[in-house]
This record gives sequence, structure tokens and C-alpha cells, in this order.
Amino acid sequence: MGRHAIHGALGVAGLLGLLLLWWLGVHVFGEADGLSARFSPQATLGSLIELLGQGEVYEHIWVSLKRILIGLLLALLIGVPLGLLVGSYRHLEAATTPAFQFLRMISPLSWMPVVVMLMGVGDQPIYFLLAFAALWPILLNTAAGVRQLDPRWLQLSRSLSATRWETLCKVIIPGVLGHVLTGVRLAIGILWIVLVPCEMLGVSAGLGYFILDTRDRLAYSELMAMVLLIGVLGFMLDALARGLHRRWVHA
Amino acid sequence: MTEVLLDARGISLGYPREHGWQSVLENFDLQLAPGEVITILGPSGVGKSSLLRVLAGLQQARAGSVSLLGEPLQGPHPRLAVAFQDPSLLPWLSLESNVAFGLDFARQPKLAASERRARIDHAIEAVGLQHAREQYPAQLSGGMAQRTALARCLARQPQVLLLDEPFGALDEVTRADMQQLLLQLIARHNTAAILITHDIDEALLLSDRVLLLGNHPARTLGQWLIDLPQPREQRVEELGALRIDILKTLRRASRTPEPDSQPMPLPSETAHVPGRLHPHSS
Repeated sequence: MGRHAIHGALGVAGLLGLLLLWWLGVHVFGEADGLSARFSPQATLGSLIELLGQGEVYEHIWVSLKRILIGLLLALLIGVPLGLLVGSYRHLEAATTPAFQFLRMISPLSWMPVVVMLMGVGDQPIYFLLAFAALWPILLNTAAGVRQLDPRWLQLSRSLSATRWETLCKVIIPGVLGHVLTGVRLAIGILWIVLVPCEMLGVSAGLGYFILDTRDRLAYSELMAMVLLIGVLGFMLDALARGLHRRWVHA
Repeated sequence: MTEVLLDARGISLGYPREHGWQSVLENFDLQLAPGEVITILGPSGVGKSSLLRVLAGLQQARAGSVSLLGEPLQGPHPRLAVAFQDPSLLPWLSLESNVAFGLDFARQPKLAASERRARIDHAIEAVGLQHAREQYPAQLSGGMAQRTALARCLARQPQVLLLDEPFGALDEVTRADMQQLLLQLIARHNTAAILITHDIDEALLLSDRVLLLGNHPARTLGQWLIDLPQPREQRVEELGALRIDILKTLRRASRTPEPDSQPMPLPSETAHVPGRLHPHSS
């Protein structure tokens, strides 16, 4: 058996262990007939299957994924060019690093009231908050990628009489793409975490909204099913980002 | 008088210091004829790599001029190809795309698609890597990577090939293979080449002419014409005599005091080893 297969089997075993802990937790600490029974794995899985059988949940998933995608695209549109600039000029880097580190450490959610006041309720403040959250890992990783560009690649491109534009498109951008994808992977992790609370304010669709909706309907096993679904979707998004990164660096 | 492809005159190299300049190399001259292979030989620290960068138009010399085909060299030129110490392959491109890299740059001569295709195919075939054209640099051995870098130079069909210790990082066997390959390619395409090395044997095996650099600041200590047919491995005696002569020259130079005040007695000394060696006529 290859190392990959062993690692895969261990990973599955870990997930099964998590399921067991969940079951034990509800079983040992909850009262048998009380509220907690509705948080048990059995009830949750039943609800999940039921939810997936209906159409409604797919709409919420689609809306949430669309928000992630738009937030990520906005962050890429701003973060990559800015990262290329910051990585290329030492002085610009010195001038911007403290400001970026300062902004990065403010939880994007703490801007929420301000953004809602300025932009109103709806999708716009969510896009803004998501883009703002995803910007920093993309920007900082792109800048790091520029600084770590192999000088031999630049020398090669010069020896081939490349124009500045050719050097940018054929050497610098592909050369930092691995770093950008690392930034994207980190950004997706942050986006997915920030998305759910963002959707708990002033919107009528999305996974965060649906969680509050199940609470209000006292449908607790559905609530747990949504928590599980959020975990599964996040896991898949991360796997996708990792796969993209691996494909690019040919490791 | 023979035609001169690359003509370097009075090249001096140095780097700025607090007060003035630290001179590294002074008054270097070189005339490269079509099809000729010249080795620039010298110990570490004499500015060989910088000199090659100047000859390639990648760096400005402190003094002196370089011209290619009678025109002053202003910067990197499409007729010049450089192979660096390191293969410098781009890890995100397949071997084939690495070989093709730069062919469609705006300042390179325009190629029809079919011509471009043919050049890439020939170059990959010439270095014997047809089986690996879809592979990526991370999957290539050191020798294969260096062959790929050589194929990238060949695809451009340069008139002058500049090589900066391209085989330095390879093991003995691979290095010997690469040396033979280089000779074949140079002969087939009638390319002229300048090879930088600190390996006397490599210089003796490969070149028509050896220029020896040495001292501080460095200068040309001597040059030797080697008029022996390839392959040269069997010519141990003649090459051995030359080897000793080159080493002697290097030692004699290192014993003389700093040459700032008094010029070296043997600039451009020409070898007269009996038999196959022709005195240089410049």
C-alpha cells in the first residue's frame, strides 16, 4: 500500500473518530429525551438527507458560493496588482507594510455596522466585507512572491531581449502565481469563516441566513445539518484550492 | 584578414568603492571568428562571468567596447545566445515550452509557425530529449536540464553562443557527454562559441583557442591555439604539454608583485609547443 493510501485511510479514520466523539458527547452529556437528542448524528444525518432531497437548500448554497466567488474576484483584482507593486518597490513596501498589518488585524466583521450604514442592507456590504477579508492574504502573498522571484529567470528574460511587458506576462506573473494561489487558499479559508456571520444580517438567502432561519423555526436537527454542510462545502473548497496549487507547481 | 563576428576591445571591469574603483579585469581584447570556439580560462574571482555578461550585452563594462558583426553592441542581441551556469528553466513550463521560450518575443526575428515548430523539434532532437518533451523541470535530472537549456539556445539559431561554465554542476560522466554534444552541435550549425571555465581540461578538449586570465586585477596572461582534430581524448601527450605550459604561466603570474606599477612581461604570450600548435597571428 502506498503512502498516499495509508494517509487517506488515516484521514478517514480521523473523521470517523470525530463522528464518534460527536455521538458520545450528545449521548453522555445530553438528556435522553431532551433537546440534545435533536443534535445527535442520527437526527442530523436524517435532516441532511431530507434537506438535500428538497430544492431550497441548493439555492442557499448557490447564493453563498456566488458571494464567495465575487468576494474572491474583487480581492484578486485589487490584491494582485497591488501586491506586484508592493513587491517590486522596496520603499513602497516600507511605506505600506505597517498600514497593511494594522488593517489586516481588524476583524472584517467589526466593519459590519459601518458598512451597512454606508451601503445599506443587501449583497453589497457582504461583497465588500468578503473582499476586504480576502484581500490581505492575496496581497501579502503576491508581494512575497515578487520578492522571491528567481533572479536567474529575470536574467534569462533579459538575455532574450524581452520587453518589460513580456517580462511581466511571461516571467513575473507566472513566477508569482504559485504564491497567489497560496494566498487564494488562505483567503478561501477566511472567506468561508466570515461568510456565515455576514449572511446573518439583512439578507434573505445564503447559508448564514438559513442557519438563523432553522433556529427561528426551532428545527434544530436541520440547524446541525447546516453546520455539517458548511463544514463539508468548506472542506471541498479548500481541496479545490489545494488541487489548483498543486497542478500549477507540478510538485 | 578573416571576418570577425564578435569584437571586444579594451574591456575593463570593476566595482565602485568608497574611494574610486576596485579594478577586477583590465584591458581585455578578444576577436571571435565564425565557427571558432574560444575558451576563457582562469581561476575564480577574475571576473569571468562578468566578462561574459558584458560580451552578451547584459552588463556595461567600465571601459572598452564590444561590437557584433561590425555594429556596437547596445544590449542583448537576437544573434547571441547565452547559456548560464544554471539551466535557468522556468518550472511552470514543460521542457518543450522551455525550449520555445523567447522565440516569439517582439525583439526576436519573426518566425512562421512552421519554421518555429521545426526549430523546436530540431533543437530537442539535437540534445536527445524527444522522449521527455512533455516533462517539467522538476522531473528532469541535472544533465537533462542543462541539455534543455542548450536546446533553448539552439532553437534561436544564434551566430554566437556564450557559455558560462554550463557544465560546472554536472558529474564527470554527464559532463563529458555534454562536452561531446556541444562540439557536435557547434560543428553542425557552424556556430561560434565562447566558453567560460576554470577547468583546464575542459578548455583543452573543447576549444580552438584558449585565453588565460589571471592576477589582480586580471589580465590576459597568454593565449594558445590548439590545432588538434576532435576527438582529442587520445592526444594526451600534446594536451599534457599544453596543460603544463598553461599552469606554468599562471604560477609565474601569481608570483610577480602587484602589476599596477609595472606591466606584466607576458601579455598575449603565444604558445609555441612543438608539433600541432600554431602560433597565434594577431
